[in-house]
Amino acid sequence: MINDAQEFRKDFPLLAQNMNGKPIVYLDNGATTQKPESMIHAVCGYYGGCNANPHRGAYALSVEATDIYENARERVRKFINAKKSNEIIFTKNATEALNLIAYSYGLSNIKEGDEIVITISEHHSNLVPWQHVAHAKGAVLKYIYLEEDGNLSEEDIQTKITEKTKLVAVTQVSNVLGLVNPVKEVADKAHSVGAVVVVDGSQSVAHMAVDVQAIDADFFAFSGHKMLSPMGIGVLYGKEKLLDAMPPFLMGGDMIEYVEEQTTTYAELPAKFEAGTQNVGGAAGLTAAVDYLEKLTFDRITAIEKDLVDYALPQLRELPFIELYGCDTKRDNKTGIITFNVKDVHPHDVATILDAEGVAVRAGHHCAQPLMRYLGQNATCRASFYFYNTREDVDRWVEALKKVREVMHLGA
Amino acid sequence: MGLENIYTELIAEESRNPENRHHLASPTVTLKGRNPSCGDEITLELEVENGVVKDASFTGVGCAISQASTSMMIDLIKGESVDEAKRLSEMFLGMIKGDITDDDALEDLGDAIALKNISNLPARVKCAVLSWHTLDNALEEKKE
Ligand SMILES: Cc1ncc(COP(=O)(O)O)c(C=O)c1O
Repeated sequence: MINDAQEFRKDFPLLAQNMNGKPIVYLDNGATTQKPESMIHAVCGYYGGCNANPHRGAYALSVEATDIYENARERVRKFINAKKSNEIIFTKNATEALNLIAYSYGLSNIKEGDEIVITISEHHSNLVPWQHVAHAKGAVLKYIYLEEDGNLSEEDIQTKITEKTKLVAVTQVSNVLGLVNPVKEVADKAHSVGAVVVVDGSQSVAHMAVDVQAIDADFFAFSGHKMLSPMGIGVLYGKEKLLDAMPPFLMGGDMIEYVEEQTTTYAELPAKFEAGTQNVGGAAGLTAAVDYLEKLTFDRITAIEKDLVDYALPQLRELPFIELYGCDTKRDNKTGIITFNVKDVHPHDVATILDAEGVAVRAGHHCAQPLMRYLGQNATCRASFYFYNTREDVDRWVEALKKVREVMHLGA
Repeated sequence: MGLENIYTELIAEESRNPENRHHLASPTVTLKGRNPSCGDEITLELEVENGVVKDASFTGVGCAISQASTSMMIDLIKGESVDEAKRLSEMFLGMIKGDITDDDALEDLGDAIALKNISNLPARVKCAVLSWHTLDNALEEKKE
């Protein structure tokens, strides 16, 4: 069980590489995951064997490209258990999906004096668009803050969401604290006051089974590249009734029905929100990624990540110079993200020193500046696991951490 | 490139040296410099009178490289003319870009030569140059 992950490593060509002369220990999966060979083949196969502009040509290749694209939509529908495949809109990434909601739903449904509620642990991609809507419409942007242990404040969920609230945006897993948020509870509260709920699934879909109907999300957004797929393909899920009533986001080819000189009628879902030539190669990759994950199963993925966290945390706690964030949750909701600092050493210096040891971690504000400020930190380091990481990776990381203070001439 | 050539004792110690880290009583220019992607953030204070940088100091947070570079820069420009400060800045940026490699040509940079190896660490170049870019902007502002 423990070094289960070894068997998957051969599927990931990049993991066989060295970084700075040492076998790479890739611990930046929260930023983007590595790619399995089967996914890379699917993308190559598409471009090498079936490339054509979907929807536009009356010839076999174009039909094949269309099939590949629409098949991906159906696979994603099943993957997150949406009711209908026309509730799946392909985007460039999670950020574009969230902007689509903000521009299309937000600007047309939120009015002066209305309230938008988000959490302090949102990624900028699920924060800045709501600031924009609030500023543009004269609405009020309110925050749900955290308990001591990094979980969303129960009290804030119950008191910040009020009759004035029109939209609640919440991440399912924080990309800094790595804690699973009670999104169903937030959705229930939002629905009880007639608000819609936007769930950012960027850090969840690749790591746990997601059922958009079970959590009752009105909108759900994620990026393919954080779940084994190519960069440049993302997904917006929205309930059909909401998507149907929303105005288009981008306008042009493929999203129309009839265009007159002065007026246009728009296509039905999902084409209404997919203007211009789409990323069919990316969709082919996404299908292969979903295949890979479903074959592996989320039971195994979460078990491996949990084992790595349970193996790493006691070792990190042994080191008196390590500060941890989001690692003392009172609930059973920790994912494979460990955010930390080395005392008296700036995170960027830590990352540079780990880099020299072949260990890739992220340093900085993780696109969550309001959360950093709330935690009283200028920046932090983050290690984020995926199922192909091993206990040996953890050992290499911990060993490298032990060198940091010495390199900085701070003594052991 | 071994890390011992980047995080030399001099750089590590200078990054923690409190000497230049304070506010000035009467700065004539105060300017913030930032690397938003890293979170490096310094505020440079200068007291410029009759074309001379009479005093300089900084406050802020950032990595060892940005902090050491800032502190060394202040040691270098304090008491120098604005023109000399600009000349040093050009020299420092030339060194970090790898355009000037000859140590003799860099002699006037004194201790800051210790940062020369950053030119081999592309990811950290912007940390080393933050204070100097901020200085350039501050001196431009002064002229207006
Ligand atoms: C929680 C969360 N939301 C949104 C995003 C944005 O993803 P992308 O840059 O792929 O649009 C990220 C990625 O860093 C994230 O971690």
